[in-house]
Amino acid sequence: MSELHLLSTQQLITGLQDKQFSSAELTEHYIKRIDALDSKINSFITHTSETARAQAQAADEMRAQGDKRPLLGVPMAHKDIFCTQGVLTTCGSKMLHNFISPYDATIVTNIDKAGMISLGKLNMDEFAMGSDNESSHYGAVHNPWNLNHVPGGSSGGSAAAVAAGFVPVATASDTGGSIRQPASFCGLTGIKPTYGRISRFGMIAYASSLDQAGSMGRSAMDCAYLLQPMIGHDPRDATSIKHDMPDYVQDLNTAVTAAGDNAKPLEGLRIGVAKEYFTSGLDTEVEQAVRAALKQYEALGATIVEVNITDPEITLATYYMLAPAEASSNLSRFDGVRFGYRCENPTDLLDLYTRSRSEGFGPEVQRRILTGTYALSAGYFDAYYTKAQKVRRLIVKDFEDAFANCDVIASPTAPTAAYKLGEDLDPATMYLGDVYTIGVNLAGLPALSQPVGLTSNGLPIGLQLIGQYWQESKLLSTAHLFQQHTDHHLQHSTIAKETV
Amino acid sequence: MSQPTPATENTVSRQEILEVARLARLGVDEDTASSYADDITKVLKLMQTLGNVDTTDIKPLSNIHEVCQDLRADVAKHDINRERNQSMAPAVEAGLYLVPQVIE
Repeated sequence: MSELHLLSTQQLITGLQDKQFSSAELTEHYIKRIDALDSKINSFITHTSETARAQAQAADEMRAQGDKRPLLGVPMAHKDIFCTQGVLTTCGSKMLHNFISPYDATIVTNIDKAGMISLGKLNMDEFAMGSDNESSHYGAVHNPWNLNHVPGGSSGGSAAAVAAGFVPVATASDTGGSIRQPASFCGLTGIKPTYGRISRFGMIAYASSLDQAGSMGRSAMDCAYLLQPMIGHDPRDATSIKHDMPDYVQDLNTAVTAAGDNAKPLEGLRIGVAKEYFTSGLDTEVEQAVRAALKQYEALGATIVEVNITDPEITLATYYMLAPAEASSNLSRFDGVRFGYRCENPTDLLDLYTRSRSEGFGPEVQRRILTGTYALSAGYFDAYYTKAQKVRRLIVKDFEDAFANCDVIASPTAPTAAYKLGEDLDPATMYLGDVYTIGVNLAGLPALSQPVGLTSNGLPIGLQLIGQYWQESKLLSTAHLFQQHTDHHLQHSTIAKETV
Repeated sequence: MSQPTPATENTVSRQEILEVARLARLGVDEDTASSYADDITKVLKLMQTLGNVDTTDIKPLSNIHEVCQDLRADVAKHDINRERNQSMAPAVEAGLYLVPQVIE
């Protein structure tokens, strides 16, 4: 029982079904680990242990009465960007230090309906703006593989909690790589689905045309399990799209069955590789691991084809124009009047707005609001914002052209492995870390990161797979078949190996 | 707004930051404004690459799916719980949000 947290989601489900352990025992196991070890990681902002215990007890009773929901009684946790009724929802910001959400995000409702047990709310970069989880008002998160390193961001708490063995899976969100990059830094698999696949209702907005929720776990199958209840059209989000509803877990199992004993289960799969993704700035060890993984994909039957995509520098510039512009608009709602932080003793209404915002937001959030306000101001709107929107269309076209010759596109997830805490990079340098992931958000495509090895210092390296619209099943199946023949996803962090 | 004038192309001045901060309702002091001006100048230098992209006859793209938004029927519901929603407000009286006096 001391290693329950090392089991996959599938093994947890089987264990619950076969009565090897109860949900109450499983939940207690994770709570015990969080209580003993999270002081080293700081992955949780809010614990909901008592509610979780009650839900686990109820789940066991429902299972005893014949409830067959597969995820019934399986623990998880939510990134603190998702509104949870009656529970503190901070978005990593002082601005929302006292915000008890009056409603649930749609994905929270759906995961609750699936019978999962939420253990709490996970740390994140403030308003999802960051790539290292150091901008959180609630303190930096430490990487469970090496506590002196960052876990990535903005979903750093989600990644660290899964990698530490505090939860088997976690929700996360991705505006420019915020699921994939922390998954890469923490040795996990994480998927950002097609824009519109999952409702954004109740997910606190950063850049509405780019934000998308997704799932993180140790394997593609873990991600598939959590993603399943999250997808679907939602009348409360006009940008969620009515589309087919795949059964991801079944699709992954079908892919394995179809492969049978074939030593080349990925025969026929064309993996596009763009030279633009292997340029200066890419760490040598990361490049070696990614190229070795591509060789493994070839050994499994896939064919590597060369494709061209937009120059990543242009993609980066487009993103860092559009995302702050949308953020400056979205974050105008935080004014100290209806909810959230209000400054002490405001002298007048303008002072209330101004001081509440400057005291409630951290420096990176204010920097992005200022950048966005600048780009949207009269005189610069066309030169910056409209220009970036036009380039965005060209980026989409380049992806469409690339997919004419391949089924998925592979790249490193990030140029480096996890860097050290407190490196204090200037913004322009920090933004370069997002160079491989942001194009996916601008195009609205699905993409995942999967672990493909460790650096000589023992830090994880990730490979990104980008798919065509709505083809999350293909992405997950591809990674799943790879993971059936490799063991990168079975490596555990230092903290995960600790027993309590 | 008064039109801020850049000190030089792609360089953001402290004065511009102060003006933009006023528009964004952010209280930024002079020292912080200088720091933000340096940071945002570096970010805008990243944007210079966009000038090299030919976007003649290209339409701006704001919605990736470019479909009509699937709007709900305009039906009045009575499921808003004012008391619960206002329970987290900094200052409320008789169902109204309180702010500092605006009119003498």
